[in-house]
Amino acid sequence: MAGSHLTIGVLALQGDVREHELVLDGLGVSHRHVRIPTDLVGIDGLIIPGGESSVIDKLSRIFDVRDPLISAIAGGLPVLGTCAGLILLASTVIGAIDGQQTFGGLDIEVERNAFGGQVESFETSIDMPVIAGGPVMAAFIRAPLIRDVRGCSVIATLPNGEIVGVRSGNCVGIAFHPELVAESRVHEWWLDAVVAGAQR
Amino acid sequence: MADKTVGTPLVKSGLAEMLKGGVIMDVVTADQAKIAEDAGAVAVMALERVPADIRSQGGVARMSDPDLIDQIIASVSIPVMAKARIGHFVEAQVLQSLGVDYIDESEVLSPADYVNHIDKWPFTVPFVCGATNLGEALRRITEGASMIRSKGEAGTGDVSEATKHIRTIRGEIAALSAKSEDELYVAAKELQAPLELVRQVARDKKLPVVLFVAGGVATPADAAMMMQLGADGVFVGSGIFKSGNPVERAKAIVKATTAFTDATVIADVSRGLGEAMVGINVSDLPAPHRLAERGW
Repeated sequence: MAGSHLTIGVLALQGDVREHELVLDGLGVSHRHVRIPTDLVGIDGLIIPGGESSVIDKLSRIFDVRDPLISAIAGGLPVLGTCAGLILLASTVIGAIDGQQTFGGLDIEVERNAFGGQVESFETSIDMPVIAGGPVMAAFIRAPLIRDVRGCSVIATLPNGEIVGVRSGNCVGIAFHPELVAESRVHEWWLDAVVAGAQR
Repeated sequence: MADKTVGTPLVKSGLAEMLKGGVIMDVVTADQAKIAEDAGAVAVMALERVPADIRSQGGVARMSDPDLIDQIIASVSIPVMAKARIGHFVEAQVLQSLGVDYIDESEVLSPADYVNHIDKWPFTVPFVCGATNLGEALRRITEGASMIRSKGEAGTGDVSEATKHIRTIRGEIAALSAKSEDELYVAAKELQAPLELVRQVARDKKLPVVLFVAGGVATPADAAMMMQLGADGVFVGSGIFKSGNPVERAKAIVKATTAFTDATVIADVSRGLGEAMVGINVSDLPAPHRLAERGW
């Protein structure tokens, strides 16, 4: 597939880094951890995994990777943020803790824990018109929701119209976890349409 | 279009996956919960008394007051866990109704049933359970646990039992994965765990759920050692709020858990933290007071 010559960075400060790496392994795509600024050199795309957005934000500042990340994203590095990763890409966060910051990349308003606590976490399948082959399996775990998309294009919605995925240029953010389900079409689409697309 | 399905094994174990690389801190007030969140905890464990106080005060330790759990849930945006007694399925029902994000069926509280653990499958909320060895971990997973933590010896500040338990679990997994298919029948019998689960662990060389370490972690170096021994993350109980400078110690343990292979970072965050919790050597504890021996 298109991704076989690519190297993808996975932001490895906290969260479900391994699950994204397993999907990339399954697709034959090489990958590396991104923890310090030099890890960003030479990657073709970056995945920001699920985890606790407030913690990943703090650790990115503690380990001095925040500013280089912001520059790389602003400079057009293809990015996929899932759940906490979506929050970290948003320009505005509802329900952030005091002093919580984001990397930017998506001019959207996102609400943390928008469905409530863990007992409201759910599995479903959703339509993503950009992805061929029918509805996509999706796990929402204490998931956020996109409350205002401003200039970004919507790529995924729940049946009631709630927005759970957006794209703006090379930056993609989704509220659920494609890395936990038994298929890899979201990653394949991102690698083909966004990462490889940025190189064409 | 598919409906939303809550409480699936995937979303239950999935939340634990999101906590990986993080520190879960025991808190007894809403103020402590805020301090933990601000210091970078991935979740908090809401309880009335930390294990060190349960140990010193004695008596029967039970589920916390729902008012306290409500206050802690209201005070933070990170996941809130709470403890139920081993086998006390009604405490677990109550905790689920309060909306906690994870239930710890915990040996730190007094067991309510010396034969059966809670049947965790019917619950929407996920459970984390303690284990001292692989067989115990697999029995808890069979009962529906979505996350395992090695037990260590809670409330001591002595990391030696935590070390023993994570080394035992990891060692038994390595030994299992080296066995041939025809040896797994006896292995399953010896582990007192279902054959299918034993086969899965042998094949994957890991538990099917996240494995944290708990019980005696008191310093940044303790946390980093547990990570180097293969833990997915750490629970810190009494170690933070029973120390001289909880805010700085909490931040330091978070940093050391992320940069667990970088001795320079661990050295740096270990400077000037003040008094660690006083601690008790596990070898000085008479057997009836060893919490890790609760559960089977």
